[in-house]
Amino acid sequence: MSLRAKSLLKIAVILFIAVFLAYTLVFGIKIGPYQVAPVKKAIKLGLDLQGGIYVLLEAKPRPGQTITDEKMNAAKEVIARRVDQLGVAEPIVVRQGENRIRVELPGVKDSQKALEVIGKTASLQFIGPDQKVILTGDNVSDARAVYGNLNTPMVSLKLDSEGAKKFAEATQKFLDKPIAIVLDGEIISAPIVRSVITNGEAVIEGLSSIDEAAQLAALIRGGALPVDLEQREIRAVGPTLGADSLAKSLRAGMIGVVLVMAFMILYYRIPGLVADLALMFYIMLVLIVFITLDATLTLPGIAGFILSVGMAVDANVLIFERFKEELRSGKTLRAAMDAGFSRALTTIFDSNLTTIISALVLFYFGTGPIKGFAVTLIIGNIASLFTAIVVTRILLVNLINTRLFTNKKLFSA
Amino acid sequence: MRIYRIMERKWLWMSISLAVIALGLFSLGTRGLNWGIDFTGGDILHYNIGQPYSLNEARELIGSFNLRTFEVKEAGDDRQELIVRTVILSADQQKKITESIRQKWPQAQLIRAEKVDAVIGKELQRQALIALLIANIGVLIYVTFRFEFKSGVAAILALVHDVLVMISFYSIFNIPVDSTFIAVILTVVGYSINDTIVIFDRIRENLKIMGKASFDEIANTSIVQTMARSINTSITTLLSIIALYFLGGETIKDFTLALIVGIVSGAYSTIFIASPLWSMFRGQQKTARA
Repeated sequence: MSLRAKSLLKIAVILFIAVFLAYTLVFGIKIGPYQVAPVKKAIKLGLDLQGGIYVLLEAKPRPGQTITDEKMNAAKEVIARRVDQLGVAEPIVVRQGENRIRVELPGVKDSQKALEVIGKTASLQFIGPDQKVILTGDNVSDARAVYGNLNTPMVSLKLDSEGAKKFAEATQKFLDKPIAIVLDGEIISAPIVRSVITNGEAVIEGLSSIDEAAQLAALIRGGALPVDLEQREIRAVGPTLGADSLAKSLRAGMIGVVLVMAFMILYYRIPGLVADLALMFYIMLVLIVFITLDATLTLPGIAGFILSVGMAVDANVLIFERFKEELRSGKTLRAAMDAGFSRALTTIFDSNLTTIISALVLFYFGTGPIKGFAVTLIIGNIASLFTAIVVTRILLVNLINTRLFTNKKLFSA
Repeated sequence: MRIYRIMERKWLWMSISLAVIALGLFSLGTRGLNWGIDFTGGDILHYNIGQPYSLNEARELIGSFNLRTFEVKEAGDDRQELIVRTVILSADQQKKITESIRQKWPQAQLIRAEKVDAVIGKELQRQALIALLIANIGVLIYVTFRFEFKSGVAAILALVHDVLVMISFYSIFNIPVDSTFIAVILTVVGYSINDTIVIFDRIRENLKIMGKASFDEIANTSIVQTMARSINTSITTLLSIIALYFLGGETIKDFTLALIVGIVSGAYSTIFIASPLWSMFRGQQKTARA
């Protein structure tokens, strides 16, 4: 195969990859058992774009109490359960730091109600079949998930002396009947009394797994030893505003990217066109990494991404300017291209590495949003290095080899 | 190739920057920064009024609640949105404010509500400052290693310049400083250092070729050689973000405007601050190889 044909083939392959990636991102793809969702569905949107509530809760110790890991975990379980009752799709309830819990409820419309549900202090009651309260969370001193005799998972309960006395009476009265354990007005377990328990130590059997036992124990602990949670930070965005922000920023972003691309073609002609193709690769690559890392896209995130598109052409601008300098000194297209690339490479390497170093430091020493920002910066930098150097180079070198364009003017010189 | 006499007027360029920063520091000293609720704590209530309304009436209405401080602002494409910023409100107070607004403008809807306790913002601010400081030290070490210590100091001073210009901008134009402020500063610092290194790289290269030239000449030549690149990269970066400023909606207008100012400052500081400083630090000797 001639050099020319080989070059044409290579260009065709790259164009094919670009179209394939673009198609996959826009429409998704299904090959046998493997499935890739379109970017619209695969990328997670932040609450500012889809609407919803974000609440940061901080535990406040009661006088004489301390906040322990165990109590925080129990409190988290209690909140996760309440959130489930709200019927929110894909809620997030996670611990943050030592004494905070972050709650994110996408798509919630009635924020007032949601806040009330999340904010109330847990209450735990044991209720007999006669609907009378036997004892409350105050009487429960501990609840743990343990393995029983036959390696069956169960929850072991310890009651204080007052609780033990009440429980002894109740188990006598309700032998072979269920006693409901009620958290925040909802039955979380209704074990049947198998024997009279006088020492205040009971077990709940019939749990399918140790995980289920652990969760039940945590819920009981959360109701028995509640921590007071203060709402330190609340952000509620209505679904219309979120959708509006998303639509507006996407449209503005597209216009911005088109402007950048138009500028590159007008100024650099054929190399500009090649840079634009590399830029499309950049955009797709970053989106793929975002999806793979399960990153959440927020409004400032979109702004940062669009800005990074403008910055990503920098490596190409550096190469093309060098290329022009070399052309002016009388080199052939191919020689100027090689010289331009190799001379611009040190600059690109140094300038990008400096940025990556500061981003790594930010990642290491920062938390939360700063860490997220650093990751975005690093992804953007590496992706632009790859597309601006590798993709552009292959395309340009092969394009010159095809000898389709020999007029130096088309290469902006 | 035209040689711009940039080094010869280095005091002019630095004076321009110093004047902007002095103005900013004056503003900072007299009225300080407009700290947003992320740092001071407080509530933001964002309403879609659903019909044309008078901002003065809204101000009067909120004023009747006797809050310690509050601010009202018009927003939205058709100016039918109202943003209220207040001190921390109780759930009850918030409810009452919303009710009174709906009484006056029945179509009004609360589309965004934020409440922040002051503690969170302060923590973030402290962490960001520490991280930024260490990042700068990292850059200094790298530049010293790849170039020389004097280049490193010049680059860092250019970064400090950019951060000061940004702070001045926020203070002079009374833009609320919220948690995105940190993202803006970090973005600008990243852009600026990148920009500065490109010129320093050219200077390093020219130091080898232009043995007999003075440092001023070398800096001048390097700036001119990289001028097209400096301008084009600034243009593409600004093009991408300007569309967002005009069309991106109310919630990110301040954010994008600050980015635009920062990018311009970063591009300026590379040519007019970092390069002259490098030349000054290298001293007055006539030739690079003296």
